Amino acid sequence: MAEYILETRGITKHFPGVLANDNVEIKIRQGEIHSIIGENGAGKTTLMNIIYGLIRPDRGEIFYRGKKVEISSPSIAIRLGIGMVHQHFMLVPPFTAWENIILGKEVIKNGVLDKDSVCSELKRLMDSYGLSVPLEERVEDLSVGIRQKVELIKLLYRGAELLILDEPTALLVPQEIEELFEILDNLKKQGKTVIFISHKLKEVLRISDRITVMRRGKVVGELEREEANEETLARLMIGKTLESPQLEVYERGEEVLRLEGISLPPKLRNINLSLYKGEILGLAGIEGNGQKELLEIITGLLRPEKGRIFYKNREVQHLDPKSLRELGIGFIPEDRQTTGLILDFTVAENIILGRHDKEPYSIRGKLNLPTIKKTAVDIVKDYDIRASSVDKHVRFLSGGNQQKVILGREFYFEPEVLIASQPTRGLDIGATEMIHNLLLSARRRGMAILLYSSDLDEIMTLSDRVAVIYNGEIVGILSPREIDEATLGLYMTGVRKD
Amino acid sequence: MIRRILISILAPLLAVLLAFSVGAIVMYILGENPFYVYKILLINSVTNINGWGYVLFNATPLIFSGLAVALAFKGGLFNIGVEGQLYIGAFACAWFGITFNVHPVIGIPIGLLFAMIFGGLWGVIAGYLKARFGAHEVIITIMLNFIAMALTNYLVNNPFKEPGQINPIPQTKELFSGSIIPRVYPLFNKFGVSLSSSVPLNYTFFIAIVFCVIVWYFLERTKWGYEIKAVGLNPKASRYGGINPSHIMILVMFLSGALGGLAGVNDVMGYRYRFLDGFSRGTGFTGIAVALLGKNNPIGIVFASILFGILDRGALAMDVFTNTPRELIRVIQAIIIIFVAIGNEFIFRLLQRLERESE
Repeated sequence: MAEYILETRGITKHFPGVLANDNVEIKIRQGEIHSIIGENGAGKTTLMNIIYGLIRPDRGEIFYRGKKVEISSPSIAIRLGIGMVHQHFMLVPPFTAWENIILGKEVIKNGVLDKDSVCSELKRLMDSYGLSVPLEERVEDLSVGIRQKVELIKLLYRGAELLILDEPTALLVPQEIEELFEILDNLKKQGKTVIFISHKLKEVLRISDRITVMRRGKVVGELEREEANEETLARLMIGKTLESPQLEVYERGEEVLRLEGISLPPKLRNINLSLYKGEILGLAGIEGNGQKELLEIITGLLRPEKGRIFYKNREVQHLDPKSLRELGIGFIPEDRQTTGLILDFTVAENIILGRHDKEPYSIRGKLNLPTIKKTAVDIVKDYDIRASSVDKHVRFLSGGNQQKVILGREFYFEPEVLIASQPTRGLDIGATEMIHNLLLSARRRGMAILLYSSDLDEIMTLSDRVAVIYNGEIVGILSPREIDEATLGLYMTGVRKD
Repeated sequence: MIRRILISILAPLLAVLLAFSVGAIVMYILGENPFYVYKILLINSVTNINGWGYVLFNATPLIFSGLAVALAFKGGLFNIGVEGQLYIGAFACAWFGITFNVHPVIGIPIGLLFAMIFGGLWGVIAGYLKARFGAHEVIITIMLNFIAMALTNYLVNNPFKEPGQINPIPQTKELFSGSIIPRVYPLFNKFGVSLSSSVPLNYTFFIAIVFCVIVWYFLERTKWGYEIKAVGLNPKASRYGGINPSHIMILVMFLSGALGGLAGVNDVMGYRYRFLDGFSRGTGFTGIAVALLGKNNPIGIVFASILFGILDRGALAMDVFTNTPRELIRVIQAIIIIFVAIGNEFIFRLLQRLERESE
């Protein structure tokens, strides 16, 4: 038996204007967890799509169990025993879990689906891998973590030996990530091989046997777990070393935003918070503890049942997003693709969103195209947004550049308060660093920033104070310089409370 | 850029060619001589000036109904109710025309305005119900079609029926001359172009072209157009950007209905000079096909309308001059449209891929 279950030689793929894969050689050993890391746009996903038969390479060969194979479609990949869990799940939401799992490989008895034999087989499968999902529930009612398990069972049911997971942790909360890693360890013990795509170094170091690093379409390193640490990986990934941002400490300014007794049962109970000029107030909490509702209330998308919000001593809880923006409150919404941007609008059109009906962008209802274009060009230049022109649709920009369009839009009008929700979610190291620096320089200019993030590192390094929300209540306001992540975790899980 | 323009012109042309080839095969199988049938079709439509007159006359209401559907599409709404808005608009301008005897300089614009306002109000019912209660606009507009047809049928049969009418189909009395949109043949003849006085092409066609420009300008150059497109593409982000999607829905359905109402003007003010019961025969529905074929683009809509106009004119000629049964003509017409739609997409993608690979 060949030592390598999968080997690629000289894989090259051009897309218009980019060389996505340049002579890529990877070697995956039978029975290992192999991570492939790299920044967004490094060519990881392209390579995986080639291996899974979704894209044809321009050049190059793939060897599976020592034999050269032509993978021209995913069905060939599945037949070979290669399975892939995409970053965005391929499930039918109104179908139940078991219906989704057997989709494409249905067992028929007397012309109807043989549910009993399918479910008993699935139960056996789940037991042997220590995986369990509620088979009878509809996928749309399941959490992201469970949906991912459904995808995994789907692959195992099809007899996959090599499992490709594309950024599997991107949407998971810490507990779910830990659970996923246990499952992966289990799979390894049962002899399965896993390719784990990520750009989160801690996770990669935690789970992998070996690590391949990609940069700009090329393989730039192949390391055993023992040889690797965060620093070496980061240097390989981005080609330079990273500095973690230093927060200069200074007296905080006057209060600009105050929440008094905000309640929205059952989600929020009596929230009191103040935000001061020139500070970053971190908001930490496990997803589903009310932070989403709280942020929507502050940004005017939701009305509280009780309580008041003051912006510079003016009551604002009844205002809509537009009026709040006009007062000087900027927003970075959590989901940039569905809420922050209109993907099929151009960069310029997105940049004026929210001010499109104000002078100088429209004059008596007529759009002032030269001025719009000029503002857009300025922002693109100032924020180093990589787009060939401001007339390009933002759909074709990378995640980091999309986020920069939003930041550019919000910062251009110098709001006094910025509500930033998950501003770096899904971004690579380089783009994250850039966003962090933008937030810090805004803080230096005196902006008051409320930062919600599920990345605790981010909260701890950027915030002056951290407010922890648990079960709809603020359970503590902490100073990140006095506590560690573990203590923060105790507050977040409701174990400790001030 | 030049290549992109070339593609967008070439794709529909090749699609039409493909469609006609398929139509020829079908005719051959059914025992007709495709060359003869096509010859008749073309001689009576595009190879002489009178033929073109009829083609453009046929295209006129389709341009309006295509624009109505396209505008709603841009705002993320599916307006199936153009047929109903057309009847309401047509009746409104007919009522004005038979009630008030004014100078054409006032009569024609007010007639148009009546068609727009009443068509728009008919459309806005669906927009309001969607914005207020989330009722799906497709169901509401379909039902409003039935109501509009029944309502105008009642009106033209009872209070507004022409006294002493001989025509078996109920109609109103004739419009006063002040609301009549004149035909274009005198103008053409003055410039030495011989257009027969029997050709019904009238100035409504030019009004339709002007509205293409207005709709384009409105969508691409005004803040309202911006807001409509924003809501159509992403209502959630629009809300974040301070746009109220409910207001936009109501606005879009009013404007779409207004364009739908104008689709009734050609027949009432420009051709029959009266409201004839059930005159439209699906012009509002054809607008959906026109908008899709024209890719919701005003210029595309003009060309798609002209294609439908040619086929309608050709069908009439085939009926008169060949033995091809009328039903078969309808079949061929539909096949050609289906293949233009398929071919348009197919060739567009093919050419796009060629362009990408040549980069």
